[in-house]
Amino acid sequence: MVWSPSLRRFFSHPWVLGVLGILTVFVAWWLVTSSGMVDKLFLPGPGAVWLAGSDQFQQGILVADAVASVRRVFLGFMISAGLALPIGIAMGTNRTICHFLEPLMALIRYMPAPAFIPLLIIYFGLEELPKVMLIFIGTFFFNTLMIMDAVKFVPSELVETALTLGGRGLPILTRVVAPFIAPQVLDTYRINMASAWNLVIVAELVAANEGLGKRISLAQRFLRTDEIFVGLIVIGLIGLLIDLGFRFLMRRACSWAN
Amino acid sequence: MHLQVSQLSKSFGEGRDCKLVLQDISFELVSGQFMALVGSSGSGKSTVMRLIAGLERPSEGTIHLDGELVLRPGSDRGMVFQKYSLYPWLTAAQNVAFGLSLQGRGKAEIRERTSYFLDVVGLADAARLLPRELSGGMQQRVAIARALATEPKVLLLDEPFGALDLQIRESMQEFLHDLWKSTGLTALLITHDIEEALLLAGTVHIMAPRPGRIVHSVDVRLDRSDLRHLRVSQPFLELREELAVRLRSLDGSLL
Repeated sequence: MVWSPSLRRFFSHPWVLGVLGILTVFVAWWLVTSSGMVDKLFLPGPGAVWLAGSDQFQQGILVADAVASVRRVFLGFMISAGLALPIGIAMGTNRTICHFLEPLMALIRYMPAPAFIPLLIIYFGLEELPKVMLIFIGTFFFNTLMIMDAVKFVPSELVETALTLGGRGLPILTRVVAPFIAPQVLDTYRINMASAWNLVIVAELVAANEGLGKRISLAQRFLRTDEIFVGLIVIGLIGLLIDLGFRFLMRRACSWAN
Repeated sequence: MHLQVSQLSKSFGEGRDCKLVLQDISFELVSGQFMALVGSSGSGKSTVMRLIAGLERPSEGTIHLDGELVLRPGSDRGMVFQKYSLYPWLTAAQNVAFGLSLQGRGKAEIRERTSYFLDVVGLADAARLLPRELSGGMQQRVAIARALATEPKVLLLDEPFGALDLQIRESMQEFLHDLWKSTGLTALLITHDIEEALLLAGTVHIMAPRPGRIVHSVDVRLDRSDLRHLRVSQPFLELREELAVRLRSLDGSLL
């Protein structure tokens, strides 16, 4: 086959390939379902899923569910990120604090966050608080330890240069350590945001009045696989948007690190 | 300016792990002088510099700068490192301005001094570039400009050209020599390169390892009007060879 150079350049573009990868699965899905090989009850076609989605959208359920889940994720993650930053920096710069907290955090980090759900329900009931707390527990320790590591890898030369230029104390933290770790901190948040999304769905599967996870578990009860697919796809899309948002922020704020 | 280093010793670790890295180092440095410490790795030459910078405390002995005991780092002793010498998120101009703004100087003064010192190191055109857009030699020149901008009494150079290619190294040595001649700065240079030390420094101390100590000192009296010529001149080559033999014998005695 003869490929013109411009065509080849077009197809080697990462975005084109990425879209192509998604399209491949989509077309395979469409072929399998339209051929009638699989029971529609188990695997609904793209058209049925689209209909279920637009139906949910028109009833206002879809947006309400998405808002409920996003709010939980953002609330829990903001508390986690906001606390992890100062504590991680403190652990990375102060040996005593590090030795005091690191074993504790390393221990809790290995306790699966969903295992806290029964406790959280006993303590805080079935409202918003236990779900926000779950996201906090599931991301705080990872956030903190990863920020601590970023601080530990600040080259000593950069700090020592500031010292020999007459700097000391807080300015070293805000003007040397903070800008140096900024890209890693954003990346840490981006990575751990994914587990926050996992956890909110798990929490909603267990107990919730609304939310994307709640909708999926309701759909299971009525064997509405099309609605389960709607939930899965919407969750994936929102996650992807958040990921791209972090990447965008990183490119704008930390262009020096690229 | 008078830097007095007296009977400096430094050991790291405690008890059985205690390791003596510097033993009884003494020398003086006065205004306008260019001094070099030459030694192989493990000779503790960088430790001497870190002690003078105040980044470490000596185990024994004292360092006085203009009669005042050195206890901590300060902007009266500017330092240039071999690696990570610039802040990668700041432009060349912002790097030069960094120390000035840490000292809380006024905006107009910072701007004026920054452009002046960028000009001194010949990088006025590179003011808005990030470090990764600069060559290794340019980066070190910015680092030197940044150290000079806060008007240190002495400039401490820790293998500043150690990571550069040979050709760029040579041009940077000529640059540093010209800078020294034109500004009259006082400098202490750490290097493992005898040629570099002899080209630039009026006084060269040879250091031996384990424990680090000064074993030989030379006052270099050479005609430095043309460094390119000096590099290949007979007296220079002879002196270089003599010191090289001395350094080799120190390493040999360890085998």
